Amino acid sequence: MDIRAQVSMVFHLDKCIGCHTCSVACKNIWTDREGTEYQWWNNVETKPGTGYPTLWEDQDTYGGGWEMVDGKLHLKLQSKSGTLGNIFYNRRLPTINDYYEPWTYDYEHLFTAPEGPDQPTARAVSLITGDFMEIEAGPNWDDDLGGSPVYAANDANLGDLTDEERAQLNEIQQVVFFYLPRICNHCINPGCVAACPAGALYKRGEDGIVLVNQDKCRAWRMCISGCPYKKVYYNWSTGKSEKCILCFPRLESGQPPACFHSCVGRIRYLGVLLYDANRIEEVASSPAAELVEAQRGIIQDPFDPAVIGAARASGVPENMLAAARHSPVYKFVKQWRLALPLHPDFRTLPMLYYVPPMLPVLAKVNAGVYDVTGSDSPGLVPLLSSLEAARVPLRYLARLFSAGNEEVVGEVYRKLIAVRVFKRAKTVGDIGEHEVQEALAAGGLTAAEAEAIFRLTALPSYEERFVVPPLGREGAIEQTEDPYAHKREAGFGTRTAPERRW
Amino acid sequence: MGWIQDLVDPKARNWEEFYRNRWQHDNVIRTTHGVNCTGGCSWAVYVKDGIITWEMQQTDYPLLCDDIPPYEPRGCQRGISASWYVYSPIRVKYPYIRGALIDLWREARATHTQPAEAWQSIVEDEQKRTRIQKARGKGGFRRADWDEVLEIVAAACLHTAKRYGPDRIFGFSPIPAMSYLSYAAGSRFLQLFGAVNMSFYDWYADLPNAFPEIWGDQTDVAESADWYHAKYIISMGSNLNMTRTPDVHFISEARHEGAKFVVIAPDFSQVAKYSDWWIPVQAGQDTALWMAINHVILKEFHADRKTPYFIDYLKRYSDASFLVKLTPSAGSFKAGQFLRAGRVARYAGVENGDWKMLVHDRNAGAVRMPKGTVGFRWQDQKGQWNIKLEDGLDDQPIDPELSFRDEHDEVVMVSFHEFSEGRVYERGVPVRYVETADGIIPVTTVFDLLMAQFGVGRGLSGDYPQHYDDDKPYTPAWQERFTGIGRETVIRLAREFAGNAEATEGKSMIIVGASVNHWYNNNQSYRAPITALILTGCPGRNGGGMNHYVGQEKLTLVAPWTSMALGLDWSKPPRLQQTPTWHYVHSDQWRYEGEFTDYARVPAETKWAKGHAVDLAAASVRMGWMPFFPQFNRNPMELVNEAEASGARNDDQIVESVVDRLRTGDVKLSVEDPDAPENWPRVWFIWRGNALQSSAKGAEFFLRHYLGTHDNIEATEHAAGKTETVTFREPAPRGKMDLVVDINFRMDTSALYSDIVLPTAFWYEKNDLNTTDLHSFVHPLGQAVPPVWESKTDYEIFKSFARTVSEMAPLVFPEPFKDIVASPLQHDTPDELAQPTPLDWGKGECELVPGVTAPHLRVVERDYANLYNRFISLGPLIRENGMNGHGVHVPVAKFYDQLLESPVGTAPDPRRTRAVEWGGRKYPGLEDALDACNVLLHLAPETNGEVAYAAFEAEEENVGVPLVDLAEGTRGVRMTFHDITRQVRRTLTSPCWSGDVNDGRTYSAWTLNVERLVPWRTLTGRQQLYNDHPYYRDFGENLPIYKPKLDPVATGDIVRSQVDDQSLVLNYITPHGKWNIHSTYKDNLRMLTLSRGMDPIWINDRQAEEVGIVDNDWVEVFNDNGVVVTRAAVSSRIPPGICMYYHAVERTIYIPKSQIRGGKRAGGHNSLTRTRINPLLLAGGYAQFTYGFNYWGPIGIFTRDTFVVVRKMEKLEW
Repeated sequence: MDIRAQVSMVFHLDKCIGCHTCSVACKNIWTDREGTEYQWWNNVETKPGTGYPTLWEDQDTYGGGWEMVDGKLHLKLQSKSGTLGNIFYNRRLPTINDYYEPWTYDYEHLFTAPEGPDQPTARAVSLITGDFMEIEAGPNWDDDLGGSPVYAANDANLGDLTDEERAQLNEIQQVVFFYLPRICNHCINPGCVAACPAGALYKRGEDGIVLVNQDKCRAWRMCISGCPYKKVYYNWSTGKSEKCILCFPRLESGQPPACFHSCVGRIRYLGVLLYDANRIEEVASSPAAELVEAQRGIIQDPFDPAVIGAARASGVPENMLAAARHSPVYKFVKQWRLALPLHPDFRTLPMLYYVPPMLPVLAKVNAGVYDVTGSDSPGLVPLLSSLEAARVPLRYLARLFSAGNEEVVGEVYRKLIAVRVFKRAKTVGDIGEHEVQEALAAGGLTAAEAEAIFRLTALPSYEERFVVPPLGREGAIEQTEDPYAHKREAGFGTRTAPERRW
Repeated sequence: MGWIQDLVDPKARNWEEFYRNRWQHDNVIRTTHGVNCTGGCSWAVYVKDGIITWEMQQTDYPLLCDDIPPYEPRGCQRGISASWYVYSPIRVKYPYIRGALIDLWREARATHTQPAEAWQSIVEDEQKRTRIQKARGKGGFRRADWDEVLEIVAAACLHTAKRYGPDRIFGFSPIPAMSYLSYAAGSRFLQLFGAVNMSFYDWYADLPNAFPEIWGDQTDVAESADWYHAKYIISMGSNLNMTRTPDVHFISEARHEGAKFVVIAPDFSQVAKYSDWWIPVQAGQDTALWMAINHVILKEFHADRKTPYFIDYLKRYSDASFLVKLTPSAGSFKAGQFLRAGRVARYAGVENGDWKMLVHDRNAGAVRMPKGTVGFRWQDQKGQWNIKLEDGLDDQPIDPELSFRDEHDEVVMVSFHEFSEGRVYERGVPVRYVETADGIIPVTTVFDLLMAQFGVGRGLSGDYPQHYDDDKPYTPAWQERFTGIGRETVIRLAREFAGNAEATEGKSMIIVGASVNHWYNNNQSYRAPITALILTGCPGRNGGGMNHYVGQEKLTLVAPWTSMALGLDWSKPPRLQQTPTWHYVHSDQWRYEGEFTDYARVPAETKWAKGHAVDLAAASVRMGWMPFFPQFNRNPMELVNEAEASGARNDDQIVESVVDRLRTGDVKLSVEDPDAPENWPRVWFIWRGNALQSSAKGAEFFLRHYLGTHDNIEATEHAAGKTETVTFREPAPRGKMDLVVDINFRMDTSALYSDIVLPTAFWYEKNDLNTTDLHSFVHPLGQAVPPVWESKTDYEIFKSFARTVSEMAPLVFPEPFKDIVASPLQHDTPDELAQPTPLDWGKGECELVPGVTAPHLRVVERDYANLYNRFISLGPLIRENGMNGHGVHVPVAKFYDQLLESPVGTAPDPRRTRAVEWGGRKYPGLEDALDACNVLLHLAPETNGEVAYAAFEAEEENVGVPLVDLAEGTRGVRMTFHDITRQVRRTLTSPCWSGDVNDGRTYSAWTLNVERLVPWRTLTGRQQLYNDHPYYRDFGENLPIYKPKLDPVATGDIVRSQVDDQSLVLNYITPHGKWNIHSTYKDNLRMLTLSRGMDPIWINDRQAEEVGIVDNDWVEVFNDNGVVVTRAAVSSRIPPGICMYYHAVERTIYIPKSQIRGGKRAGGHNSLTRTRINPLLLAGGYAQFTYGFNYWGPIGIFTRDTFVVVRKMEKLEW
């Protein structure tokens, strides 16, 4: 075993309200500079939809992530004709139009317009050319099913659905959507790191954060193509690639990333996972249907003495192991099997996991009137969310979260429903004990587990949601400078921007 | 995996400081956002190099208790974008004034040494006045300096007061709770001047009229954490993700604890995503759905089976068992007024016998008079105004008979109106006969009337539906045609809702938002669901009840704030305007419609419910129901002078003189001739709001009639010959306003159209207080950096107005003088007993008696030379009179005297109060916003435990039930401004509010009423299912009822606008948006980027296809009121027949010219709306139907009832 510690994440999509506070928290701090205006290290997408950059999930177009060729794991980008052959022309690179042309407005005109025959208005101005422009795309263009005939209808995950199911999704009575917030997955088999010809991308040893070294980056932009999630961006002003840094300066001072801190849906959890780095290739090479289970398998039990011993041997610090034992992510991902990786089929082993959302019960329209499915049936349980009458076909969710394995997603829903049934019976008592036991059995949960899931879902404090491990900065600094000197000298100096590389 | 670098080596990672350096800052300050939003979130603002760089949420909210999810973090995408404004290119950095005005001013000033005379020379020259007005909104701003603009403002105020009276000067600013002192500074200046403050809550159509109708209260709701206690939650027209973004997690968390969540909304809204059931009721038809739910609840939980918890609740906490007289009418009976104690022999001599109601007592087998009705509130003997079920005469316990179904003297036929088909149903109602001074008369209970109204027959004779499938009002089958929702779903919903309430004793909850309240029959849309809640025992329970979160923004420190903000510490009454009536009248929108019964449904035979709404508005002013300013067609100061010249020796005689002149018609009410120049509003101050755009219902009419500039109106006038008491002048005046001053941090639409724009501090640049109904904490606004460039805080701006006026006053008003103020009959005063029967002196129906049949008239002294001194001092009247909060009197002398101990002449201090001295006296000081914050915190029962204790003591005496124990445990709590900048503090249980928050309880409205038997401030002191005001009965609204959605042809928004086969006619829905809080953030680059760079109109995909509109096409949206040009967001989540244009678009940002309206700049969302008023809601002079500022009156309605034409725009022109 080669045990490594990874700061990992869970997003509970049932709680996500699609508000984008996370996106703005990030933008204010990290991507408000020239060259980064179009970059949204954290963005939130409406599903179904085509997302940002548009159709990013379609790897036939973008060629990101890994694929199995003759039983071997290959970067999809390279397996065609090799990186070096394409180094000066990366045809799989998204263009600015796949993102959007960033803009501002001629606000000053409202102050400076001379008196005239009509009211002045502030027109849109391109942040790239400085010219007036018309706005045709944005980083959140299909939000809340805006333009659904164009965007939702072309969601890359709808492929497995029948024509009838697809048509139904577009009927007002059956329509549904949910939100998918996305940041860098800080994968343990990252396509971006593997794709960089300059070796500028790396995974931090202590916490697994994936970074682009701004000194070493040579603007080849292979990382952008290599990442199937399109979470590396090119800064057209500095000529370097940039990406989500998981707010490591905040983590290093004991604070969760800004997007986690600011999440008002309280959907986000952060904590350490231990994994066995020796098994990365094996796990990433699993058959599609087994990818989720294989990825769960690479995550190690922080309470297991053998794992602890191996971790020590690999140099994982003691307090990191302690943090791993308190990790809410470990509970959601491994213990409770509720959180799933996004697109495990990209085979990068993403370390951001999602609890899928419970969505409204289906309805039918007869003779012009709308009735909720099953409203004429007895009992409360079937209508406290429903797996059978769910608005989103399970197949769609399986495409997103389990490489098509519907049983993996179904198991999660049975657990989520069981928790609600269990808690309602306890707090109201209008559900019979038999029904409770049935629900718990279906979800494979004990009463204690259901209670624990409930508590971490509904009641967690800031400190329970975010278990930030100590990152031992004094030790790192010590290798270049005496921390005592650092204390006395930190911050002195002048600020210079990174040099542009051409 | 050799190619994946796992890098530990710190040397190779030195570059990482690139990002570490960014995450560095010099200071972090606690603050929040000061207008428009109900969120009240605590923020940390980061300052680097003296520049605000970003904000993040504070997460240090104290936990209420262990088993409730924490409040943190609070703050949304809009809030976290706010720092963009601080240094943005839309920031107003300097004073601006339009070139046309400044040129004329300088010219006038060169020839007039007195500034007020210079102003007069401009506004009395029609050519000059027109020159200024025509330039409004058309560019041409020039940077000005503060001294010059202050001089213009003071000159305009003084000239207007001299020429017409101070009641021609108006100020509009909304929602004080967002930034207490930013509001109060302006209102205090205006009130000390004698000018008028305009209401906002009603104008925004946020006032849920059903709350005062049923509960006698403006609005009182649960804090969001209380949602977590609910086990069945229905969100109705409230898009919680959008509008309650920081709190919606409680819903999700409640769901995980087993609560069921149902969303009623016509579109698959953002919150529908969160729901277990989505019920897409047809837009505007919620009432029909709830009427049927009530039918099922009454049948299954009250008739077929009598649910003990529900029955007990109804008897104790509602008027359900109170006796109603039945009056004969065309062969049957009609529901009449409550039987009054004074008409029954046993109670013939009791005080206020006309205002005490009766029940039939099972114990006595006779009628009895329970305590707590309004007559007990205003009687001399204190201590009987509580809702114990005890006889007011002998204290004997009463067991009220809820229904006469099982024991009655007779079953009589009572007629019930049904307004969708205009039918009258005759249904049998059980009665008992009671001997009264008027003879032996039949009475029944409110409960029996409800059963009959909702069509639950209980075996009684008459035209009752036989079963749920019987298509008669108000069965589940009946509602299908209006709502589109199947009966099975409705029956199931009703059973689950009531069943849950039974199992949990009241933990069924409804959360409601603006969408439902903005329809014409808004009160009924709320009465129906509130009825369901009362029938199932939910209001006043944690986790239950009606929670309306629309702009209310709870002013938790209400008592001291009201005194300070309205200048009641120096003089009263204040001049407070009911804004919907005001705009309807002054912006001349009344001229564009005929009789309101063209579109509103009322019974066939009525006394009041007919004619033109403007006549009813005028009657409401005459009868003292509603305020209206200006008051008279004469300067009030001149009226005083003339009275004194003709011999009046004291205030009473001055009043008498004015009454005489009103009687003879020598002096007239302005409302009766609003278009006469002497009755125009002249000067308008706008701050913290967007009065010319986002709140300007009928914005184009504002442009035409207030501003006198360009507009896009197609509508024609219809009122000629239709009015009775209001003069219709030809032609309609254009440009009533002499001066519009906007105080703003951004160049929004109101700023762009104003004459003067003054740069105000941003929310991160000032100290202030903030509270909300969404949580129970008190927050500071804190100064992260001083006001940037030449901006000043609102507090400092109004203080400088006060100073300039005082400096200039000796030239115009050298001495203090008297002013006469007209104010309506007032809620929470003995005026509630003024009019048992409404009569109009203007029509000779009664005598004009001020304060009884007409407005109060009171003489007030103004002292302009000392206006500044008064502004900065807390005056002695508050010490003498105490303070009032929601009808509760708080004695304050002791605490006022404590403030007098404060030092004079020290620097402003967040920890301490200061005093000021002038004219030989010492006063608590209000010189700086910090002083004012600390004075409020010191005097409020919610933040000073000793004041709470004293207030509960006083209330205990008044009510006659033990209460003071509620304050015992927190008696030692004190808060200073400095304290709350360290950590937000939870406010205390206070008699000014109805919720107990001791020991970590979540705030829920009415828990003190239910648990402590404090009455609601209504006619019966109970929750009022029945409203017997004669005016209400005249309109057919004494009972909860379904009145249909208005017919768009009858409302006439599309008469001259062209409709062809390439256009859609759609119901125009303008809900709260995702990327804005009203107009704020609508111009913010962050939010514009995350949306579509502008605000599109959302339309159904199939309907769009029919007329060739594809996503992101430019479209013109128009009707006779105006035009909007925007782009289409085509989506299957929008139902056919409606379009959604999220409200409060600025016409300043990315708005092209309209092609169909002559190539002029298109408008904002309010360019398509018009103001109309529902005259029902003018009712006054009667228990809870008495006026309160932002409390009662018509709302600025009709936004939801608007229809528009949508059509693809071929040519784009800027």
